[in-house]
Amino acid sequence: MKNIITIFNREFRSYFSSPIAYIVIGLFLVLTGVFFYLLTSSFLQYSANLQWQAARMRQAVPPMNVNQMIIRPLFSNISVITLFVVPMITMRTFSDEKKSGTLELLLTSPVTTTQIVVGKFLASFLLYVIMALLTWVYPLVIIIYGNPDILPIGIAYIGIIGMGAASIGIGLWISSMTENQIISAMGTFVILLFLWLVGWFSNFTSGGFSEFFKYLSIIEHFNDFSKGIFDTGHLMYYVSLSGMTLFLAHQSIESLRWRS
Amino acid sequence: MIQINNLTKRYGEFLAVDDISFNVEKGKILGFLGPNGAGKTTTMRIITGFMPPSEGFVTISGHDVSKEPLLTKNKIGYLPETPPLYMDMTVEEYLNFAGLLKQVPNKKIKYAVENACLKVDINDVKNKVIKALSKGYKQRVGLAQAIIHEPEVLILDEPTIGLDPIQIREVRDLIKSLAGNHTIVLSTHILPEVDMTCDEVVIIKKGKIIAQDTPKNLSKKMNKSSLEEIFIDLISESRSEEK
Repeated sequence: MKNIITIFNREFRSYFSSPIAYIVIGLFLVLTGVFFYLLTSSFLQYSANLQWQAARMRQAVPPMNVNQMIIRPLFSNISVITLFVVPMITMRTFSDEKKSGTLELLLTSPVTTTQIVVGKFLASFLLYVIMALLTWVYPLVIIIYGNPDILPIGIAYIGIIGMGAASIGIGLWISSMTENQIISAMGTFVILLFLWLVGWFSNFTSGGFSEFFKYLSIIEHFNDFSKGIFDTGHLMYYVSLSGMTLFLAHQSIESLRWRS
Repeated sequence: MIQINNLTKRYGEFLAVDDISFNVEKGKILGFLGPNGAGKTTTMRIITGFMPPSEGFVTISGHDVSKEPLLTKNKIGYLPETPPLYMDMTVEEYLNFAGLLKQVPNKKIKYAVENACLKVDINDVKNKVIKALSKGYKQRVGLAQAIIHEPEVLILDEPTIGLDPIQIREVRDLIKSLAGNHTIVLSTHILPEVDMTCDEVVIIKKGKIIAQDTPKNLSKKMNKSSLEEIFIDLISESRSEEK
């Protein structure tokens, strides 16, 4: 445990001693902020339209659901944006250490490969969680000026965080295979994009294949979370994907000892 | 202290280390000589547990490196060819991290860092970011990292490479002062260095040991005045054999 904390501490601090953390978090908040602005302004426009129409027809204004019209699409957008920023978070984790030779320090110290992988994962994951939770301002604005259901917002965050854990696992795994940060980021992005798009294949296939593609898709599993439905099955998908990719990262670091 | 038994390492078809055996006694400095690509770094990486051998085994005070990796790694301080430094950390932060990694208890870490800084004489740059240090200082920080947990064994891969003559002398004196408490294996191309610092020399070429003795005995045996002549002789001998 102490070793994991040691690895974690150095890794987490290194995000803030370079511009990476600030750029990633800044970029993420700007992008999500733009989406939040667009969604709320179109919501307002729509509601103004409805009120105007209702007044003209001398009818009551039909009810509008903020959860459905702002919060759900907002979290869908956030989940897509994470696919772009996660590669930036994980690209240097192992690649940088391989290139600069510091991995040799880690691998000749009395720590296990598992401790190294877990420590690094926790550091990237914490940065991701901080980044994701900084978006609380958007739901807060809606809570102040509207009356959304709170519970679905919490569930959506669980989904965002679960999806992040799985994406970061993938990023660590890819990073452990190359000493080039650009390749690491691109590789992670391509895999995440694939896992996102694979859901579409289910539209063009049928039966088992369709189900399979749907199950594979990282976004399909998020859809229920964004609707405010908590399904342990979806959470299991994220947990097992994180576990599997961390195992692969472990194997790839171990194999360095045999090949190098 | 260090026993290397019939060590062999293959990379696919390529035989990097071919059936090497030697011992290093406690408190002694062993110089590991050989031309580039002779298998020095590979041997050292196997001793440190960075990679496993294809055949044979290494023991550190009786413990097999591949069977008890955590135990033996704790006894070893290792300075690779390029010092494994995190460029964006300060010297103190880095040594703190290295110490914790090498299982120095939290209570003693501050003392261990101070002690290591004192030994390699880097107190004046303690708060500087490693990126900004000169090559000589970086090398010394790498050395500090290797000795921070006061290991019984020090493995130094070309510790004086790329340093200027004054720095070389400093590092050499430093290594000499470390012997006694530590058992040291160092690899180098610089022959006078071995003459001056090492108690024993192992010369390898193409993964095989071609000579092994004290520097004095070697020069007696070969009837040569300097180690340099012996080295050139041995290396070119086996070169002409190949032809």
